[in-house]
Amino acid sequence: MTTPKIYKTEAIVLKRSRLGEADSLLTLYTPYLGKIRAVAKGALRPKSKLGGHVELLSHSQMLLARGQNLDIVSQCQTLDSFLPLRDDLWRISCAVYLAELVDRFTEEHLENYPLFRLLLDSLRWLCWARDGGLVLRYFEIHLCHHLGYRPELGRCLGCGAPLQPRPSFFSPASGGVLCPRCGPGLARPLSLNALKVLRYLQRSSPAAASKLKLTPELSAEVEGVLRGYLRYLLEREVKSAAWLDELRRESIQQTVSTS
Amino acid sequence: MDFESLPTAQPVARLIEEFHRLPGIGPKSAQRLTYYLLRAPEEQARALAQAILAVKDKIVLCSQCQNITDADPCLICRHPERDRTQICVVEEPLDILALERTGGYKGLYHVLHGVISPMDGVGPEDLKIRELLERLKDGEVQEVILATNPNLEGEATAMYLQNLLKPLGLKVTRLARGLPFGSDLEYADEVTLTRALEGRQEA
Repeated sequence: MTTPKIYKTEAIVLKRSRLGEADSLLTLYTPYLGKIRAVAKGALRPKSKLGGHVELLSHSQMLLARGQNLDIVSQCQTLDSFLPLRDDLWRISCAVYLAELVDRFTEEHLENYPLFRLLLDSLRWLCWARDGGLVLRYFEIHLCHHLGYRPELGRCLGCGAPLQPRPSFFSPASGGVLCPRCGPGLARPLSLNALKVLRYLQRSSPAAASKLKLTPELSAEVEGVLRGYLRYLLEREVKSAAWLDELRRESIQQTVSTS
Repeated sequence: MDFESLPTAQPVARLIEEFHRLPGIGPKSAQRLTYYLLRAPEEQARALAQAILAVKDKIVLCSQCQNITDADPCLICRHPERDRTQICVVEEPLDILALERTGGYKGLYHVLHGVISPMDGVGPEDLKIRELLERLKDGEVQEVILATNPNLEGEATAMYLQNLLKPLGLKVTRLARGLPFGSDLEYADEVTLTRALEGRQEA
């Protein structure tokens, strides 16, 4: 065996579940090793040196030892625990949604540095974002890009003609936009503004994208398009999306009842 | 592991298989327990079997606090000297045992039987939250203490409950989060240290 017995890596904790008496089973996303699963021994004990450093969605520097099946976390130091996220139910729920997406869309041991970077940047952005939903849309469209499912937004996937500035159609099965002649009956309608937002998100940096202000209707349309696309790729629902919907419903109810 | 294929008498194989399904019991421990019981006096085996059945037959959830109990309402809810103006909300029945061991809390409890966990598809409707709101209706309770675990899911659940309970005009408190006794500052994580600083008290 040439692989070293212990190795160091940065990691973001995507998932944490209980294992046996006091151990935690972690799903980690790392910059150069992709997704790995590891055990944090004794992490649930009150005096554990690992406990707080392997909390869900913290970004840490870890020293891992290769085990027979699962690797074992031997030392851990938090780099960023995204503290502002943890005091806000909506933000933390958004962050959990990002983690679930990464977990579902990736295989173990497949390196994807740009995706790691995207996750890290998005978590940082979520800490101060005015509109958490915008971060999620940005993440979704770039997640597709880094996984090789970049949606085509420039030309019609039916006839190949460049798209005119007109309401068009979005087809998850074709992987992008269809023009008004090819789309009817095959795909869901897409307003011109939503198309513009998708294009803008696809080509801009987080800093530029964060300046975007969407009306609730437009925001809902873009969300519907991207979620539909992710559902098509994943062939199942993203569980935490249901929770985000529920939270939003309740906050609307609360504002209605207090006003 | 397929115990059926082993050259063991069928009832023995079945017991091994049942033990193996318990948490923390591997194939070897399952075999050892089975062979121990084979040699043990019959009363002991019978007592074990009856104890297991009794747990399943007689244990119900307390109609008030949702704790597991053999008499409804449970011992704590029935106790005449408990303070009925305080309810401490915990995730699991075992958390009550931990809090009771301190002897420092004299109020009532409420067990949620889980925690909001979006990734596992567990939402508020899967927990005993409606039952909690029901208990708060008569106005006797003045303080709700949120004692969910200080991890991401526990905090999310506490924040959710806080949003839900604050409009009712109750005092809603959260267990202090900070440094565990007998630990070491050097190994504390940022979140714990930040919370410990926020919650510091005059010495």
